[in-house]
Amino acid sequence: MHINLTLLVQMAVFAVLIWFTMKFVWPMILGPMQERERRIAQGLAAANKGEEELRGARAGAESILSEARARAGVIVDHAQRSANEILEQARSAATQEGQRLVAAAQQQIELEAARAKEQLRQQVGAIAVAAASKLLEREIDARAHEALLNEFAAQL
Amino acid sequence: MAAAEPQIGEYIEHHLTFLTNKPQNTLVNFTVINYDTVFFSVLLAVLFAGSFYLVARRASASTTSVPRGFQSFVEMLVDWVDSQVKDVYHGTNPLIAPLALTIFCWVYLFNFMDLVPVDLLPDIGGAMGLAHLKVVPSTDLNGVFGLSLTVFILMIFYSIKMKGPLGFLAELTLHPFRVKNIFVQIPLSIVNLLLETVTLIARPLSLALRLFGNIFAGEMIFVLLALLTLVHGYAGLETFSGWGLLLLQAVLTFAWGVFHLLIITIQAFIFMVLTIVYLAMAHEHH
Repeated sequence: MHINLTLLVQMAVFAVLIWFTMKFVWPMILGPMQERERRIAQGLAAANKGEEELRGARAGAESILSEARARAGVIVDHAQRSANEILEQARSAATQEGQRLVAAAQQQIELEAARAKEQLRQQVGAIAVAAASKLLEREIDARAHEALLNEFAAQL
Repeated sequence: MAAAEPQIGEYIEHHLTFLTNKPQNTLVNFTVINYDTVFFSVLLAVLFAGSFYLVARRASASTTSVPRGFQSFVEMLVDWVDSQVKDVYHGTNPLIAPLALTIFCWVYLFNFMDLVPVDLLPDIGGAMGLAHLKVVPSTDLNGVFGLSLTVFILMIFYSIKMKGPLGFLAELTLHPFRVKNIFVQIPLSIVNLLLETVTLIARPLSLALRLFGNIFAGEMIFVLLALLTLVHGYAGLETFSGWGLLLLQAVLTFAWGVFHLLIITIQAFIFMVLTIVYLAMAHEHH
C-alpha cells in the first residue's frame, strides 16, 4: 500500500483518456444517434402528415364530387324545365294556328255560302220570271218589271 | 500443515506485491513506479478508447445505417450514461458526460480484471521472468486515487470557474452555520471552513477507498479460495477429501465470481454517479 509515481501516471492517462473520449468518442456516437433520432421523428411526422393529407384529399374529392353531382342535377332540372317550356310554347303555337285555320275556313265557308245564296237568289228571280211569263203566257218585259223582280228576289 | 504455513503467507504476499522498478520502503515515494498497474491501465484504456473510437467512426460515417452488434451495445451505453448525467446535471458543460462514460467503462474494465483467474496472468508473467504481477488496477491505491484526484481537481476547477474564487470561498465559510451578526459569523466561519473542508476532502477519499476496498476484498476472496487446494498441490488429488476440496473450490469460486460480477458493475456505476453528482454540485450556485 504505497503511493508512488504510478498515481501521477494514472492521472495523466486518465486526463488523456477523458480528452480522447470527449473529442473523438462521445460526440461522434451521440451526434449520429441524435441525428438518427431526428430522422426517425421526421419520418414519423411525415407519415402522419401524409396520412392527414390523404384524409384531407379524400374529403376534398368527396366534396368536389358531391358538388359536381349537385350541379349536374341542377343542369338536368334546368334542361327539363326548358324542354317543357319549348314543348308548351310549341303546343300553344299549334293550337293558335289551328284556331286561326279553323276561323279562316269558317269565314271562307260563310263567304261561299253568301255567294251561293246570292247566285241562288238571282237564279230564283230568273226562274220566277220565266215561271210567271209561262203562267201568263206572255212575255213579261223584264226591263219594265225589273223593280218588281228585284223586290221579289230580295224577299227570297 | 506446519510446512504449508509459510507457503500460504508467501502466496498471499506474492499476490499483494506490485511489479516495481525498485522496492518501496516509505509510504510515499515518487521515484517508484508500479509497472503492472500502469501497463494494465493503459492496455484497458486503449481497449476502451480504441473499440469505442471504431464504433464512433463507423457511426458518424453513415447516420442512415442501422446499428447492430457492438455498435448497438455502445450506443445503448452512451445513451444510458447520457440519461444518468441529465438526471443529475442540467448545465451545458460538455465534459461531464464523456467523463462519466470514461469512468464507467474504464473502472468496469479495471474491476473486470478481477474475474481473470487470480494466478493466470501472474503465472504467465512469471514464465516471462516477471517476479510479480498485479493485474487489477483498482486494487492499487495509486490507480483509484489517480481517478478520484483527477475528479477532485475538476471539482475544484469548476467550483472556482463557475462561482469565482470568492463565491467558492463563501460556499466553504458561510455554510452550514450562517448568522446576520458579522462578529458572530467570523468564528462560525472558521468552524464552517473546517467542516466544509473535511466534507470536500472526504469526497475523493471515499470515492477512491470505496472502489479500492470492494475490489481488493473481492480479489482477496479469490486468493483465499485459490488457497483451498494450493496447500496440497497435485498430491491432494490422491485423496477423496482432496477432490472434495477441489469441488468446493470450483463451486465457491464460481459463486463468488457471479456475485463479484454484480459488485464490479455496481462499483463502476457508483464511481460514475458520484463523479457526476460532485461535478454537478461544483456547478451549482447556492
